[in-house]
Amino acid sequence: MAEGENKGLVLLDFWVSPFGQRCRIALAEKGVEYEYREENLRDKSPLLLKSNPVHKKIPVLIHDGKPVCESLIIVQYIDEAWPDRAPLLPADSYARAQARFWADLVDKKMYESGTKLWKLKGEAQEEAKKEFIEILKLLEGELGDKKYFGGDTFGLVDIALVPFTAWFYSYEACANLSAEKEAPKLVPWVKRCRERESVSKSLPDPLKVYEFVCFLKKLCSWHVNGHLCRPEYIVGGFRHGRLTSFVG
Amino acid sequence: MAAAAGEVRLIGGWPSPFVLRARVALNLKGVEYEFLQEKFGEKSELLLRSNPVYKKVPVLLHHDKPVCESMIIVEYVDAAWAKSGQAILPADPYERALHRFWAVYIDDKWFPSMFGIAKAQTEEAKAESVEQAWAALKLLEEAFEKLSKGKAFFGGGTIGYVDIALGAYLGWAKVIEQMAGLKLFDEEKTPLLAVWAERFCAHEAVKEVMPETEKLMEFAKMLRGK
Repeated sequence: MAEGENKGLVLLDFWVSPFGQRCRIALAEKGVEYEYREENLRDKSPLLLKSNPVHKKIPVLIHDGKPVCESLIIVQYIDEAWPDRAPLLPADSYARAQARFWADLVDKKMYESGTKLWKLKGEAQEEAKKEFIEILKLLEGELGDKKYFGGDTFGLVDIALVPFTAWFYSYEACANLSAEKEAPKLVPWVKRCRERESVSKSLPDPLKVYEFVCFLKKLCSWHVNGHLCRPEYIVGGFRHGRLTSFVG
Repeated sequence: MAAAAGEVRLIGGWPSPFVLRARVALNLKGVEYEFLQEKFGEKSELLLRSNPVYKKVPVLLHHDKPVCESMIIVEYVDAAWAKSGQAILPADPYERALHRFWAVYIDDKWFPSMFGIAKAQTEEAKAESVEQAWAALKLLEEAFEKLSKGKAFFGGGTIGYVDIALGAYLGWAKVIEQMAGLKLFDEEKTPLLAVWAERFCAHEAVKEVMPETEKLMEFAKMLRGK
């Protein structure tokens, strides 16, 4: 029997991954202690490969030796394993269904669309910008005048989305797209989220993210036979299927 | 627990595996509902209003409040009618995480490879998709062994979350098997799943709503003809 519920928690992660950050935020919200392990995604640890044999990706939360994979599944697991504090999902089942819907939408849309902004150029980038702006406006509409996506309580949808805000600077620098200008109602929400210690401690400096994006872009310019390189062997933490739709 | 007339409506199309998921969940809970069959090729006003983001079926309307995305609907039905029938998701948080993981895997990996077989333009592409589909099923066979704990379903003694996620595709799997001339749920490759597939289709909550293979074949031919 574990001595305190904090015993035996390990998070396998990669510093810039928005998916990993979701888990860090959730753990911080619950005030749960854990060991953070930075993975070298070009040389994945045996523990990572053993814990996530299906996808071999971060983040993975290992609780008393039992691995949980996929960031939103991890966040829900954290919520359910520590039900006595800081609920991340509402109590009402309809509200929960709505939260899952919007978190799933962020999953389906934000990463892929955002990646296109810094990867593509010209016409393709312009298309990507239109798509990204649509997503932002959709989210803005859903937030409305609420404090957080779930209402008064910081929760699943906020956690799903807020890590991507650290990439807004990169989107502006690479694609001349100001998320703040396109979706001004999100600005106070971002500020509010960043005021939470769980978020400010988990999100990277946007300038560091931009440095990383520039590094990826350089790598991508070293492509072979005209095919865009696939950076997921570097970053690894992103949903595989989502990248292949526009690579090569 | 029967719902009052009009309280529960499901917008859907009979061929859709995603709609089937919602129907099985509702049947498992004994919920009475009105099935609003969408006209093929046309989206109703109600659908567009209820799912403005994706404009897709299924949409569950509970007291006129819409729930979208098939597995989210399944989880919602499980919670909203928690006191009826058997639990669809297990109670233990870790088990729940495993069920959710495999449901995502089924949609992200199994479905595209199965669909890839149907879409393949060349023999090579088809062979590749078939290999991928079998590889995915092998993993699911292992998952079944772990999750079922020797019982009939991924959910144990009763149909659970992963059963619904995978089982919904069985009708189309049979169509693809016939069209491609191969067995996906092969007794030699994945013996546990081969038996599970028959068991799932024969279940009370499934057999009335699982579309018949011949009807799906006709539908597929019509789609191809378009």
